[in-house]
Amino acid sequence: MSRFLLSCLALATLLNAQPHGLGRPATPEEVRAMDITILPDGTGLPAGKGTAVQGEVVFKSRCVVCHNEGGQGRPGAYPALVGGIGSLATAKPKKTVGSYWPYATTVFDHINRAMPFNTPHILPPNDVYAVTAYILFLNGIVQRNEEMNAQTLPKVVMPNRDGFVPDSRPDIKAKR
Amino acid sequence: MAKSRRQFLAASAGAAALTSCGKPGGAPAAAAPEASPAANMRPYGERSPLEKPLRAIRDLSASSGTGSSRTPLGDLFPGWITPSSLHFERHHAGVPALDPATHTLLVHGLVETPLVFTIDDIRRFPAVSRICFLECGGNNIGDQRGVPTPDVQQSHGLVSGAEWTGVPLRVLLQESGVKPEAKWVIAEGADNCRLARSIPMEKVMSDALLVYGQNGEALRPEQGYPLRLILPGFEGNMNVKWLRRLNVLDQPAMSSKETAYYTELRRDGKAEMFTFVMEARSVITRPSGGQKLKPGFHEIVGLAWSGRGKIEKVEVSLNGGQTWAVATLREPVLSQALTAFRLPWIWDGQETVIQCRCTDETGYLQPTREELVAVRGLNSGYHYNAIKPWKVHANGEVTHVSIPA
Ligand code: HEC
Repeated sequence: MSRFLLSCLALATLLNAQPHGLGRPATPEEVRAMDITILPDGTGLPAGKGTAVQGEVVFKSRCVVCHNEGGQGRPGAYPALVGGIGSLATAKPKKTVGSYWPYATTVFDHINRAMPFNTPHILPPNDVYAVTAYILFLNGIVQRNEEMNAQTLPKVVMPNRDGFVPDSRPDIKAKR
Repeated sequence: MAKSRRQFLAASAGAAALTSCGKPGGAPAAAAPEASPAANMRPYGERSPLEKPLRAIRDLSASSGTGSSRTPLGDLFPGWITPSSLHFERHHAGVPALDPATHTLLVHGLVETPLVFTIDDIRRFPAVSRICFLECGGNNIGDQRGVPTPDVQQSHGLVSGAEWTGVPLRVLLQESGVKPEAKWVIAEGADNCRLARSIPMEKVMSDALLVYGQNGEALRPEQGYPLRLILPGFEGNMNVKWLRRLNVLDQPAMSSKETAYYTELRRDGKAEMFTFVMEARSVITRPSGGQKLKPGFHEIVGLAWSGRGKIEKVEVSLNGGQTWAVATLREPVLSQALTAFRLPWIWDGQETVIQCRCTDETGYLQPTREELVAVRGLNSGYHYNAIKPWKVHANGEVTHVSIPA
């Protein structure tokens, strides 16, 4: 009995020091199918390409119904995708993809994850590159015929690229 | 003992009778004028139909699925726990319907062995439970902008408390073997927007939890069923719901929810990012905006909480901030959890302003709105944690205090 207990204890100690043996190895294909992370240096961007000219077509068929002509948005209903560049330090800052977002890769990633809002994950990579290029073009960040792909997109310098600083809190010294 | 045995026997006999006649409901009720206790039993309980507190739902776009619902703090008895049905919600792309029999979690990236876990696997790990608050980074955003909300549900209802049950995230990651160069874990949800947030490794390896239980039962769908993260003290958005993937990396992903959103714009046009911790705040929930008082005895009650640890002290002023009294804290005071406080008060029927302020165990003092705005301006938005005054009018009505432009 006590020997049985001792061996149980030994096993328990072993288990605590070692993994529990739960879960099963993921295949490389499974990881590839699930992994949609895209990093600012372009890691994770899929093969494919597109320009603003092509993106305008995608936008008109898939996005304009909500985000309006030229990505102007609909106040109170859908966010604007353009404008506000230079407004961040004013009393009425306008945060948009153009004025606020620090990385073009994040624009691609956001559309790839979440848009079109009601039917996400349907756009092929070429369409995502193209419509990203179109939104960047509308903001005056890339040229109409500039090709966006896994090499060029990470090189796009967004207007607010250097606009972010680390957490400074606790920043307020309250008095009593 | 004998009595409860008799009741049990009677109940079994009733159940047998029901089964034999094959009819649900309270069968012999026709004979008795009052409803029998058995007729009132329900397999899944609900509150009395006379109890009305509800979450307040607010859509944030013209498409459904982006928005929040707020906890009716002013109608509840303040404590560590918010009833699951009234826990606040914030969704960016609706509530997905996930089946724990098929939903899985993938762990990959800078690990020795990428692994897939079923929900059953995760429930087999040694379980831990802890009570903590969860708060949206945007709670009480209106007061900073100078448009104070009329009641405590609108102002502070994006905070709730629960007992969460699950597995320490580090225990799960040890199963895969984390490589030394790993610095961040990108957590991704299975909602329509595949919401993604980067979590620093220090948090992952300290108190981060992978959670499947809420207040003793499975998570509610709107709280991430069947699996979510709980990062005690960190802003709500990082506590990723409907978790489907953990990607271990040497850098943050810079997802839209950690760059375009949940960053605080300063006066100089720069924005602070990776502002994770919810700083200490407190609010009086009774009396509060929209309520009506009679002169005489009242107990001032409310909640205080800090993402940095325990609440050490709550002070209450009943005279517009001229003097402050120390409130009694509900024991035990738990770290990073809602802490109820109370103070007796005899209202003389005169107009006055009541407010509370808290101090946490790090010595951090909750600021006034003036102190906060002097440093951050009006546009930082998230993490606004200033003192919230309520005005008690001579007719007993309680309202917010208007903010000078
Ligand atoms: C059914 C309406 C709808 C459609 C169609 C739609 N969107 Fe959106 N979009 C939204 C909503 C709603 C949000 C805000 C989501 C939130 O609050 O998290 C949004 C947000 C965005 C954003 C982030 C903007 C910001 O600053 O917050 C981008 C970029 C975007 N959409 C691009 C697109 C593109 C590109 C398409 C077409 C492929 C598209 N959207 C189609 C509704 C829509």
